[in-house]
Amino acid sequence: MSIALSVILTAIVALLGLALAFGTLLGFASVRFKVEGNPIVDEIDSILPQTQCGQCGHPGCRPYAEGIAAGEDINKCPPGGEATIQALADLLDVEATPLDAEHGEEKGKMVAVIREPECIGCTKCIQACPIDAILGSAKHMHTVIASECTGCDLCVEPCPVDCIDMVPVDQGISSWHWNSPKDMKIIATDKAASIDNEGAIH
Amino acid sequence: MSEYLLILVSTILVNNFVLVQFLGLCPFMGVSNKLETAMGMSLATTFVLTLSSVCSYLAFTFLLQPLGLEYLQTITFILVIAVVVQFTEMVVRKTSPLLYRVLGIFLPLITTNCAVLGVALLNIKKQNGFVESIMYGFGAAVGFSLVLILFSAMRERIAVADVPSPFKGSAIGMITAGLMSLAFMGFTGLVNI
Repeated sequence: MSIALSVILTAIVALLGLALAFGTLLGFASVRFKVEGNPIVDEIDSILPQTQCGQCGHPGCRPYAEGIAAGEDINKCPPGGEATIQALADLLDVEATPLDAEHGEEKGKMVAVIREPECIGCTKCIQACPIDAILGSAKHMHTVIASECTGCDLCVEPCPVDCIDMVPVDQGISSWHWNSPKDMKIIATDKAASIDNEGAIH
Repeated sequence: MSEYLLILVSTILVNNFVLVQFLGLCPFMGVSNKLETAMGMSLATTFVLTLSSVCSYLAFTFLLQPLGLEYLQTITFILVIAVVVQFTEMVVRKTSPLLYRVLGIFLPLITTNCAVLGVALLNIKKQNGFVESIMYGFGAAVGFSLVLILFSAMRERIAVADVPSPFKGSAIGMITAGLMSLAFMGFTGLVNI
């Protein structure tokens, strides 16, 4: 009886000891070899509209997200507009500031359209497109994949024959949404704040 | 020295883990669609197999054997392998982001690779010594890598070949694996361990 018990106990203690040693090792390793990722950058990046338009002065949305995480202003993203600024302000717990006009103004959702008979097939717009939404090859007509286009304007400037138009996206049933209220003066304090602002300008 | 060479040849060609002993078939079929991923998997497996055969040998000789707990070898080896893989992943992630990008997603997969446990158990069964265990693990891993890379290269060709529709996809993969296994049977008798 006692021999059997001692065998079982040895087995349990040995396994337990081994597991404990390994657990300690892993616990130590998870502290010692911790990878300093910056999760806030991912969160900011997921809020940004991913147009990769570069209007903020960064080469894409991810670099701007890193910039914001490092303390840059949050009001440099025209495609995202007020909604993005508000979301960023909520996330980072800072004041929501109006869009910086220096970087462009908020427009509705646009899509690039190539006037195809005029296209000479120079491929310059293809090279400019940050998300590869333009299809075509040298000396052949190009076209824009409308569902991929983010409306970033970057292809308009390089076109030598100016055959790219930015047109507002047609609001079909699937893309229709309520317009946000034009005037945010809903309660009395909003009005008071706007008066204060105007007073400060004068 | 020639003994170690014999172990290597034996595990790589004659007693190939995948095609002759039929261990580690899941990654063999699962990760062989692309040559690039197959190479990543092979590298990671080589690393883990060699390391885990060393660790399991140490755990067996210095913990289980003195206490007379040989019957606990399976659960102990599973524990050892899981910890080795996890620890390796952490260290690689910290020290070399580049290597982590190559090996990273494959490392957790290897934990459940039966070839890893198979090597540990066979080492004990064959009563291999310390260096022999390392050689055995390394040879098994090289054999696995060789077969996996060959097979994935073949599958890349097969993917664009005109295969009759009943054999498309995994079916032709299985047949190819069978033919490879037949081919490796040809090595039987080359070395005898």
